[in-house]
Amino acid sequence: MKKFVSKFLMAVLAVTLFAVPAAWAENIKVGAILAVTGPASFLGGPEARTLEMLVEDVNSRGGINGNMIELIIKDSAASPEKAISFAKQLIEEENVLAIIGPSTSGETLKIKNICEEAKVPLLSCASAELIVNPVAAYVFKTPQNDSFAAKKIFMEMNKMGISKIAVLAGNTGFGKAGKEQLLTIAPEFNIEVVEAEVYDKSSNDLSAVVAKIKANKDVQAVVNWSVVPAQAIVAKNMRQAGWDVPLFQSHGFGNIKYVEAAGAAAEGIIFPAGRLLIADSLSDDNPQKGLLLEYKKNYEDKYKETVSTFGGHAYDAFTILMAAIAEGGNDRDKVRAALEGLKNFAGTAGVFNFSAEDHNGLGMDAFQMMTVKDGKFVAYTGK
Amino acid sequence: MKKLLSILPLLVVVIGVHLLTSATDTMYYLTQMTMSAYYSLLIIGLCVLMGYAGQISLGHAGFFAIGGYLSAALTTRSLIPYQDTLPVKLLDSAGFLLAGQDLYGDSLLVVTPWAACILAVVTAALIAVAIGIPVLKLKGHYLAMATLGFGIIIYRVVLASEYFGEADGISEVPAFVLLPGLSVSGNFGDRVQNYYIAWGLLLIGMVLLLNLMDSRVGRALRGIHGSEEAADAMGVNTARFKLQTFVLSAVFAAIAGVFLTHYNGGIGPSEAGVMKSVRYVAIVAVGGMANLWGALLMGIVLNFLSLRGSFGSYDDAVFGLILILIMLFAPNGILSINVRYRLGQLLGRNKQDREGEM
Amino acid sequence: MTLELSIQYLMAGITYGSIYAIVAIGFNIIYNTTGIINFAQGEFVMFGGMIAITLLNFMPLPLAIFLAVVITMFIGALIEICFIRWLKSPSVLRMIIITIGISILSREVAVHIWGESIRSLPYFVGNEITSIPILGARISPQVMWVVLVSALMVVCLGLFFKTTSVGREMRACASNRKAATLCGINTRNMVTLSFVLSAGIGALAGCIMSPITYSQYDMGTGLAIKGFTVAILGGLGSSGGAVVAGLLLGVIEAFSVSVVPLAFQDAISIAILLGILFIRPQGLFGSKEAAGLKEY
Repeated sequence: MKKFVSKFLMAVLAVTLFAVPAAWAENIKVGAILAVTGPASFLGGPEARTLEMLVEDVNSRGGINGNMIELIIKDSAASPEKAISFAKQLIEEENVLAIIGPSTSGETLKIKNICEEAKVPLLSCASAELIVNPVAAYVFKTPQNDSFAAKKIFMEMNKMGISKIAVLAGNTGFGKAGKEQLLTIAPEFNIEVVEAEVYDKSSNDLSAVVAKIKANKDVQAVVNWSVVPAQAIVAKNMRQAGWDVPLFQSHGFGNIKYVEAAGAAAEGIIFPAGRLLIADSLSDDNPQKGLLLEYKKNYEDKYKETVSTFGGHAYDAFTILMAAIAEGGNDRDKVRAALEGLKNFAGTAGVFNFSAEDHNGLGMDAFQMMTVKDGKFVAYTGK
Repeated sequence: MKKLLSILPLLVVVIGVHLLTSATDTMYYLTQMTMSAYYSLLIIGLCVLMGYAGQISLGHAGFFAIGGYLSAALTTRSLIPYQDTLPVKLLDSAGFLLAGQDLYGDSLLVVTPWAACILAVVTAALIAVAIGIPVLKLKGHYLAMATLGFGIIIYRVVLASEYFGEADGISEVPAFVLLPGLSVSGNFGDRVQNYYIAWGLLLIGMVLLLNLMDSRVGRALRGIHGSEEAADAMGVNTARFKLQTFVLSAVFAAIAGVFLTHYNGGIGPSEAGVMKSVRYVAIVAVGGMANLWGALLMGIVLNFLSLRGSFGSYDDAVFGLILILIMLFAPNGILSINVRYRLGQLLGRNKQDREGEM
Repeated sequence: MTLELSIQYLMAGITYGSIYAIVAIGFNIIYNTTGIINFAQGEFVMFGGMIAITLLNFMPLPLAIFLAVVITMFIGALIEICFIRWLKSPSVLRMIIITIGISILSREVAVHIWGESIRSLPYFVGNEITSIPILGARISPQVMWVVLVSALMVVCLGLFFKTTSVGREMRACASNRKAATLCGINTRNMVTLSFVLSAGIGALAGCIMSPITYSQYDMGTGLAIKGFTVAILGGLGSSGGAVVAGLLLGVIEAFSVSVVPLAFQDAISIAILLGILFIRPQGLFGSKEAAGLKEY
């Protein structure tokens, strides 16, 4: 009896699950796969909030060429298997024009082929260079290349006369990619990596590992590459240990919360980042200034939290896509071509110049070296 | 044989779902149905271990990950740098290697999916034996902690090893050609055949377990669950039966891992996480512990909804809530709730009337 | 290895170790009176820290910490009354699953209240870069706070269990629940009390460690696993064992940095736990007979 009931239930469920109301009509559908919750929520959270804000804004102004934008955000919790499932769902079922996201490199690499096969433009908010190299016709990304950040840091080190460094990285996709770039590029700048360690993304005290690298007297500077709160912990533990070598961080440090968390220990940290963080102090002829200030103001007014560069990646992905839609309409191939042809497009991460070979479109100048002074981000001008 | 017949209605449902989706032009549902079927394969294996043998495992995602990660790494990572070492030569002479080219046009030497699949499953089984012998001597909280610990170790290892891609996991996993013209892959064109491969595998697993539970082994397991001492006294080799069940469930998990990884074209560390193991336990609990049909049903339904994103940002919360509610109010599973009885109570019918029927 | 480096490792180890020990003691209090391992113990630590940080906007630090501890105790009582009190002799499996569920739900509640970002209490003394030199090594004064408060907590708990009548009643429950009931002790209330006590200890730990480790909605799971490891290492139910085992694990972890890549650190400490479980399931300091008497 019980078996019969369970089988019957199964059949009923199968039928009800498949009877789903018909989709909206006439709107342009855009999908987004973001890690709103889970271990990468510090990326996906601001990204999702940014997109929601922008869609509201675009639609309140009458949409793009009269077409309303319908945004479908899927929370992948940074799980690749969900990103895969959602990508297929968005493509076939929702029939979206393009997909924004995912937030992490691991997920993006998993759905790269799916989007390529289905010929759906993908604008990733993750930074790994594998996403756009080798170039897949339909896959783009908005964050700056890690290698540019690494080069910026090394150039600064050369100026300061630093040649032996220690590398710390978090065990996230961001940390992994950064560590690889640092290790490969270092020889080009005659810099030797004498210590390298990877810590857990939820580490809450790193004083032991800091003591270990401090014991190596050769180390002249430390580069820490991660996006997690441990960035602030590294800074604290170094300064508490009375160690005052220069501390370099990656562009993952571009969130004022980490500066607040590290407090006095954050002073003097040097890192490359997009200009969003110092929008106020840019000169007036900077092409990015206007939009940076506008984004910052709107976001902070709406969500009562400080804007971060991660949300900026979603901002860029969305505005770039809207520009491409304005040109290509509701047609995946035309939008893809429009994306590839986009030149001199100012975004939060820099000025984008896409081409058939370059699906990131940013140059080294997208980064600006910054430092922390009195608890605020300021442009770094050297010693 | 009887069990084979009992599976027939399910087969009809499987085919029915395919026909229904193809008639209503909603074939895309089959994607998540396929993925759910693989997760359910793990879940029915875990159901036998937890429900019938009474041994909790908070580390089954570990076995899934061993299967998935090994087959992904073996079929993706090139062996060219190790071409002259003995193990690689042995594999080569056995015809287990495949030469090809990667995305960048570099030549590539990898293990064939069949060989990788067998290697992965055998490894998972061996690890299950090695872990199972000491772990299954433990009880209660100690058993829970030991299996949880095993899961965490696997998670840490895949997250820290460059070979397993650290946080990014492994991408670009090739299709698994089972027979010419029949391959496990996520290509949109192969969807229907993959739906049948997944469900075929699940049905085979189900028949196997149903038969097993009806045999001497099943009776012995139920004896162990009831009272291990009594079963021991009756001459049941409890240690051996527990170990066999543990290994069997690990093999189910590993096979699910291998197939889903080829279907998805990749795997990431989230598959090895503690939350995944907890989720599997939750699904078995909702299905009613010692109820294979319940586990199967709940495995399909909950995974299907979760993979479609129906729970939005509350995915983990939903599973947490389900766990608590089921364990508080219906520890024998959701199917154990006597709907007619409860309804009768609600409608104020005389309680005594109904009790005769129960 | 220089003396300076050894001391630096030792101090780092003692910092982690004290935190693990407090979480483990929280486990033990509940385990002793109920035979339940509360998988949501780490969430008490998280709630303590998060609530104190929120309260700090309205009141001075000591008061915020005090209130946070009281509120978390209340949460502990609520959890016990809602989910555990009314169950009639639940199986171990069922209790494990329920407390895991509570842990997941608490985390989800926290993320929807406080969001995904990190927060922290200010340093009690000095700021982020203040440090005290000790034999050439330098440590943050907050570490002293952690060690002192933990030690004080252990002493107070010991006194509470030994000298007060409520403490003695709880111990009676721990050694034999039926006999305690027969002696007229309300064992149910003792169970609630054990949750309250354990929540309070967790919350206080969450407050004193917050300046060092920060507080985040998902910090509980990692702490619970470490605390659980320590509780088992020290012998389930033994507070003294938990302190020794906690410090031991902390110091081993800190020193392991010099030989094993940091990325494998957790895997190593869990592997040690598995080894101990296989060889001496009663823990390093528990006696086999005592372990045999406990209900599993």
